[in-house]
Amino acid sequence: MENTETEDRIVTLLKEKFTEDFISSETPYQFLTIHLRPANIISIIRFLYTQEKFQYLTTLCGIHYPELKSISVMYQLHNLVENKRIRLKIFLPEGKPEVDTLTTVFPAANWMERETYDFYGVTFKGHPNLKRILNVEDMIMFPMRKEFPLEDQTREDKNNAMFGR
Amino acid sequence: MEPVALNGVKVAESPDGIEGAGFFATSLDKAVGMARKNSIWPLPFATSCCGIEFMATMGSHYDLARFGSERLSFSPRQADLLMVMGTIAKKMGPILRQVYEQMAEPRWVLSVGACASSGGIFDTYSVLQGIDRIIPVDVYVPGCPPRPEQIIDGILNIQKLVENESLRRRDSAEYKAMLNKYGIE
Repeated sequence: MENTETEDRIVTLLKEKFTEDFISSETPYQFLTIHLRPANIISIIRFLYTQEKFQYLTTLCGIHYPELKSISVMYQLHNLVENKRIRLKIFLPEGKPEVDTLTTVFPAANWMERETYDFYGVTFKGHPNLKRILNVEDMIMFPMRKEFPLEDQTREDKNNAMFGR
Repeated sequence: MEPVALNGVKVAESPDGIEGAGFFATSLDKAVGMARKNSIWPLPFATSCCGIEFMATMGSHYDLARFGSERLSFSPRQADLLMVMGTIAKKMGPILRQVYEQMAEPRWVLSVGACASSGGIFDTYSVLQGIDRIIPVDVYVPGCPPRPEQIIDGILNIQKLVENESLRRRDSAEYKAMLNKYGIE
């Protein structure tokens, strides 16, 4: 589907203003998605907040792409005045996923970043209280990363033959 | 001895003993066992759908009161039986354990449903794979969730254990060793 005028304008605007950070843009399921480099992500979001009225943070989460050896952080912003949405995606190296905290722009990012840290191990630099939020505190892994097996390895009652494997 | 009907009320079966005119003699074990068996105070630790089945079990249709267990104890300190019904997340584990530790001896544990017994379908990083990893369990009720009849069957099996338990069991070295295995003093 073709982008709308507003979407085209935002893409052009970001491409001009943040040429260094811009990677690509796409519109899957009518949802404008912009891929960016992580270095200036907070300035970009602050720019969208002040200039383009994207003043509501719908959600923020991690995604693990083992084939890209990358942990991605995805931000969804909402312009409540014009009812426009935008998705920003940054790609961090699997070995050391680090990015600046968004709590400086959206205080609501606090718990979302804690969750992303909890499940993917992304370090948000400058976060006021970066610790596990949902899982047990003594957990030693980041369970949503693909290298961790889905099933609990300590379970004894599961016979592989019964599961056809 | 047959249960005696008093004004249509069925009373508990009395244990074996020697009976004569105006007296009845039996062992203390048996008398205490009978009393305990018919007045178990359960502490419901219900976290999910098995808890809903338990509500049906307590309701008038299935009526757990018929077995002397209508008095739920919401304080672990007065409870005899810990009924764990539902998925226990790993984060809930220490709380369940604390509840068990707060219960006074003698205490029994009934694990209701697949989740409490083995983790059930939740074979994943966040769920405790069976409560017997942190506390000792006396009776397991299978099912996902089990029907009230099955829960009642579990209670009846608990009653059998309660009735036949020696008064000295909880002081025995074996029992203490068993608790120590779970790290409970």
